[in-house]
Amino acid sequence: MSEHEVTVTVDGATETASVEARRLLVHALREEWGYTQPNVGCESGKCGACTVEMDGDVVKSCCVLAVQADGSEINTVAGVDGAPEGLTAAGDRVPEPGSDGDAEFGPVQRSFHEEHGLQCGYCTPGMVLRARDLLADNPDPTRAEIREGLKGNVCRCTGYENVVDAVEAAAAKLEPIETDGGGVGDGTATRGDD
Amino acid sequence: MFPPQFDYERPDRLDAALDALAAEDAVALAGGHDLIPMLKAREADPGTVVDLGGLDELRGVERVAGDSVEQLSIGALTTDADLLAADPAGVDALLDATRAVGDAQIRNRGTVGGNLAAAHPASDIPAATLAADGTLHLVGPDGDREVSAEEFATGDHETVCGDDELLTRISVPLDPDAAGAYARKTHPSTGYAAVGVAARLRVVDGGVADPRVAAVSLCDVPVRLSAVEDALRGVDVGAPVDAVASAAECADEGVDAPVREDHIVSADQRRAILPKYVEEAVSEALARAVGREGVVA
Repeated sequence: MSEHEVTVTVDGATETASVEARRLLVHALREEWGYTQPNVGCESGKCGACTVEMDGDVVKSCCVLAVQADGSEINTVAGVDGAPEGLTAAGDRVPEPGSDGDAEFGPVQRSFHEEHGLQCGYCTPGMVLRARDLLADNPDPTRAEIREGLKGNVCRCTGYENVVDAVEAAAAKLEPIETDGGGVGDGTATRGDD
Repeated sequence: MFPPQFDYERPDRLDAALDALAAEDAVALAGGHDLIPMLKAREADPGTVVDLGGLDELRGVERVAGDSVEQLSIGALTTDADLLAADPAGVDALLDATRAVGDAQIRNRGTVGGNLAAAHPASDIPAATLAADGTLHLVGPDGDREVSAEEFATGDHETVCGDDELLTRISVPLDPDAAGAYARKTHPSTGYAAVGVAARLRVVDGGVADPRVAAVSLCDVPVRLSAVEDALRGVDVGAPVDAVASAAECADEGVDAPVREDHIVSADQRRAILPKYVEEAVSEALARAVGREGVVA
């Protein structure tokens, strides 16, 4: 039963482990390396609680073998910051650092807080990652498009209404970055670093 | 839930992958959304999992010359998301069906070839491949062979593809005047199609020509709805509404295989809802064909 050396970048840090071939990525992230944001939910690829970004694409880490992820770049919800790709939250009023603790979060995360888009929070890491991905593709989605877009993320608390409100609120804070041939730069929301 | 123990290989060449698959109890891994849940449920217990992820030659979408018309060739490892991003012209039903697969995360990993090779009875892509008269290209230790979409699936999760063979690509003819669509009833809890219908047709001299209509999640394998095709042939596209509705009414006539009956959807319900989705798919295909032809309805 083969063992494999796996090296991945998680939220910017290089992580290595020797894993059995059958080891799932979500278990390697949580148990080998301590990234507990991706949660283990349905374990069958339906609920999306284990969602992470793998080389820029959102994937369900319970349906990826850790060995398949060798060499890839992974982001958990703790590793994403600011606005989704291609968008800016330039016009958004970011709370003062220390005011209510939200200043450290990007506009999508803050909207989930402000609109009460969660209760127990188990689905939230996956919801936020997929919501960011959805907004990067479609910065101004209808409520129906938000519901369809979040089809792969199950929430057992909210009844989804506030989740949809949160994604709508995030969309209102964001606008596409003007590209003037200078490439999509790092025009994303920045925060006070102190 | 943890998968059972297995060995893992990740060949980077097709011939090495075929060598690895020749082992007694080896299975191929593509996007993982069929195999990995099966491993976790202990419905599969392979000795070796052969990860096809290194076979870059099996990715990509391109137009190639065909016998009579041009063909669209889709590498088997092209992900659903990459096919949608490529947005090739002339395969409307296939793009509709691919958009219906799972969810965004699943489409980022799941592959077009894996969807076909897994042969889940409720998969969407096989309906579109059958309606589009697609061909599946297999390679094995004895060489290449081509199998029509009609002959590929033989049962629930069963195909003609041998354990030591691989599906390398799918080709679909690109008739310039053909159009298609896919419509389905999504089962509210499983997310799979309760029934799914793909239609493809041409408009010639104001009438429907060469209609092909296929259903999934009706029987264990994708089936042609021959009675609907017969009723559609020659329909005047100027006033198609009643003709399409009456063609849809006879949806399950001529379907010889037993209709699926399980705890999710009864056979009676599948039969009852089928005409609505036949009508939806055929109407949309017609609208697209007429729009393309510039025919004023």
